[in-house]
Amino acid sequence: MLTRHLKTVRVVVSLFFLIVAALIFIDFRQEFSESFISSFLFLQFAPSVVKILQVLSLSAVGFILILILTALFGRVYCSTICPLGIFQDVVSWLSVRLRRKKWPYKYAKPYNILRYSLLGLTVVFLISGSILILNLLDPYSNFGRFFTYFAKPLVLEVNNWLSPILTSRGIYAVFPVSIPAIRWEILIYPAVMLALILWLSYRYGRLYCNTVCPVGTLLGYLSKFSLFRIYIDEKSCTSCGRCDRICKSSCMSFRDGEVDFSRCVACYNCLKICPDNAVKYSVNHRKPLPVSSETVAPGPAKATDESKRSFLMSFLILLFGINRFSKASVDDIPTPEQDTTIPEIKNYPVTPPGSASISSFNKACTACTLCVSVCPTHVLQPSLLEYGVSGLLQPHMDFHAGFCNFDCTSCGEVCPTGAILPLTQDKKHVTQIGVVRFEKENCVVYTDKTSCGACSEHCPTRACDMVPYTDELTIPEINEATCVGCGACEYICPTRPYRAIYVDGNPRHEIADRPETERVDREVDFEEFPF
Amino acid sequence: MKRREFIRKSVGAGFVTGAALSFTGYNKLFGAEFSEKSSAYDLVAVRGGEPEEMFDRAIEAMGGMKTYVKAGQSVLVKPNIGWDVIPERGANTNPGLVKRVVEHCFQAGAREVLVFDHTCDNWRRSYQNSGIEAAVNEAGGRILPGNDQSLYRDVTVPRGKKLKEAMVHELVLDTDVFINIPVLKHHGGAQLTISLKNLMGIIWDRRWWHRNDLQQCIADFGTYRKPDLNIVDAYRVMMQNGPRGVSEDDIVMMKSLIISPDMVAADAAGARLFGSSPEQVGHIRIAHELGVGNMDLESQSIHRIVV
Repeated sequence: MLTRHLKTVRVVVSLFFLIVAALIFIDFRQEFSESFISSFLFLQFAPSVVKILQVLSLSAVGFILILILTALFGRVYCSTICPLGIFQDVVSWLSVRLRRKKWPYKYAKPYNILRYSLLGLTVVFLISGSILILNLLDPYSNFGRFFTYFAKPLVLEVNNWLSPILTSRGIYAVFPVSIPAIRWEILIYPAVMLALILWLSYRYGRLYCNTVCPVGTLLGYLSKFSLFRIYIDEKSCTSCGRCDRICKSSCMSFRDGEVDFSRCVACYNCLKICPDNAVKYSVNHRKPLPVSSETVAPGPAKATDESKRSFLMSFLILLFGINRFSKASVDDIPTPEQDTTIPEIKNYPVTPPGSASISSFNKACTACTLCVSVCPTHVLQPSLLEYGVSGLLQPHMDFHAGFCNFDCTSCGEVCPTGAILPLTQDKKHVTQIGVVRFEKENCVVYTDKTSCGACSEHCPTRACDMVPYTDELTIPEINEATCVGCGACEYICPTRPYRAIYVDGNPRHEIADRPETERVDREVDFEEFPF
Repeated sequence: MKRREFIRKSVGAGFVTGAALSFTGYNKLFGAEFSEKSSAYDLVAVRGGEPEEMFDRAIEAMGGMKTYVKAGQSVLVKPNIGWDVIPERGANTNPGLVKRVVEHCFQAGAREVLVFDHTCDNWRRSYQNSGIEAAVNEAGGRILPGNDQSLYRDVTVPRGKKLKEAMVHELVLDTDVFINIPVLKHHGGAQLTISLKNLMGIIWDRRWWHRNDLQQCIADFGTYRKPDLNIVDAYRVMMQNGPRGVSEDDIVMMKSLIISPDMVAADAAGARLFGSSPEQVGHIRIAHELGVGNMDLESQSIHRIVV
C-alpha cells in the first residue's frame, strides 16, 4: 500500500533536483557558492565516473553511491537525480495534457543492439582516451548545454528588459547583464539534440533514456539484478492494461505479465495507477513458475540474451583497449592550422587553470558548460574545433571575450568531472596556462607615437611592463617567466584586426615565476606640502 | 555665526573668482555654475591623519558638504573601484573615505547617494573585495553596476580635440551632483591616475581612447563634465607597477588628502605629492591648456592642514 505513495515522493525529489540543476546553469548573478554547486553535482553519474579516472578522491565517489542505489532499487537515478531525465518527464507530462491522451504509451520492444552498442562505443572511446561519445550522449552534460545555450540567454533577455523599467522606478535590484555572443556553429549540436529529446519525450516518454543514453543503459543493465523490482502479480492482475499504457518507458507488458526492469526508470506511476494492487515493488519478485497461458513470448527471452551478449562484448573490447591507449602524449594534441601570414601566431588553444594540460583536459571534459556559466568574466567559452573533433564543444579561454580574473578559482571548484581541478588562490597565481607574445609593430605606441599601456595596466604579474621609449612615451616589454597567461593584455589591447599583444596556450601548464618587486623606499614628512 | 560664514565665503569666492579670471578661458568654463558653488579655497590639502578624519577637516575648510550638495539633490559619488584587490593594495579608493563622503552627502540633505565604477576586473568581485560595496551600504548609499553597455548613453564632447563623442553612464547624466573620488596612483600608460583619469570609469569604450591618443582623450573628456568636487585619496599611494600593482611593496603611506572643485588643480597637487611635476604628465598639461582647470598651484588659494 505504501508503494502507492512512492510516485509522490519521486515527483517531489525530482523537482528539487531539476529546479536546482536548472538554476545552477542559469545563475548569472552567482548566487550559488562553488561548494554548494560542487556538492549538489556530486551524484551526477557520468561526471563522477570521469572524475575518478582523473583523481582518486572522495569527491569522486558519487557514482558508486548511484550504483549501490541502483542495485537496491533500480534506476532511481534516472527518475529523480538525472536532470535530463526529469526534464523529459516534464515534457511528457505537458504532452499528455496537450494531446489529451489518457493512455499515451504502450509496451514496445527494446532497441537492445543500439543501446548496448552506444554504451560500448562510449566506454571504448573513454578508455582509449577520447571522451567524445560520452560528451555527446551524457544526459547531465546535454542538460547543461541546453540551459547554458538556450535557457540562460532567454532569462538574460527578460532580465535586461526588466532592468531599465525597474531602475527607472527606483528599484535597482535587477541589473543588466551582457549576453555573451556564442558562435552559431556551436549551437548546432545542442539544438539538434534538444530537438531530438523534445520529440522523443513528447511522443515516446523515456525512449532516449532507454535507447541512446549510455548512463541509462548501464544502470538499466545493473537494475536487472536489483533487489527491489517492479513486477506484476498475476494472481491479482485483471489485465486491465492501465500500467502498460501509462508506462513512459514502454517496458510493462500486461499481456505477458512481464516487466522489462532494465528499462524501468522507477517512476512508480504504475504502482499508483493499478486498481488491483497487482503491480508490486518488492524484493519478492521471482516470477512464479512459467505460466502456460497463451503465448509465452520467445521475444523477450531472446532480447535478454542479445543484450547480455552485446554487453559482454563491449567489455571485452574495453579490456583490449586499456593497454594500448591508456596514455596520450603531448604530441597528440590537435594543433590548429598555422598560417604564417596571420600576424597573431597562436600554436595552441588555452585551457583553464587547473586543467594541467590540453590532453588531460580533453580527456576529462564532457562539455557540460558549467564552467562557462559560472565564469564571472566570460573568458571561458565553448570551442568548436579548437581542440579538434574529439574536443568538440569543450570550453577554452577566449581572450577576446574576457580575461581570467587573477584571484578567481571558480571553474576548478565547480567542475564535476575533474577536467579542471581546484586550485588554491596561491597556486593559481603561479599556474601558467599560456605565454604572452608581443608584436611591437602592431602596438599603438610604435605606430601612432601615443600613450597606451592598457596591457601593462591590466597585467597582474608584471609580465608586461612599460619601459621608456621616447621622451614621454613608454612601450610594453614582456617577461614570459612571470606571465600566467590570464589574457588581460590581449583582451584590452585596442589594436585591430590583429592585437599587438596576445597569449599563446601552453600544451602543458607550467609554473610561472612570482613577480619580483622592490619595496618602495620613501621618507614621508607629513608636515611638508610639496606645493 | 551665519554672518561670519557669509563673509568668509564671499571673500573666498571673490578670491577664487579673481584668481580664476587671470587664466584664459577659465572663467568662461565655470560661468554661472561656478559662482553658485563657490567655496572658501581653491584647494585644501590635508596630511598625517586617517582618511575619514582628513576628509572631515578638508570639507569643513571648504565650508562643509552643503557647499556642494543641496537638500533633496541626488548625488553621484565616483570612486576608483577598478580592481579586484583588497584595500591594503591601494589600487582602489579607500573604502573608509568613500563611506565618510557618502555620510557627509546625506548630512547635507542629499535625497540619494549613488556609487558606481566601470571596473577593469569583474565588477562584482571588485565592488566586494575593494570593501567599497560594504562601505556604501553601511553609509546608506547605493552601489550600482557599470558593467553593461545598455547603461551608457551617447554624448558629444564639443570642445574635445581628438575625442568628439563618448558613451557616458546614465547616472552621470541623471544625477544633480557629481563627486569624483580618485585614488592617487602610478600609471604605466598615463603616468599618473588622479581625478581626470578617474573619469575613464564613467565612459564605456575605453579601448578607443587607448587607440587614439590616450593623454589627449583624457584631457578632452575633462571639457565635457567637470565634477562638482574632486577628493583625491592619497592615503596609501601606489608608487610603482600601477594602476593595478603587484603587492603591498608598491605602496607608500602618504596619509594625504586633496580636495578641490578643479580637477586640474587637484591633479597638479596630486602629482607634486607623488613627486613628479604636473607639466610632465601629458593629460594634466593638455587639460590645463584646454582650460579644463588650472595646474598652476602658486597662484591659487590653498589651505594646508596638518592633522
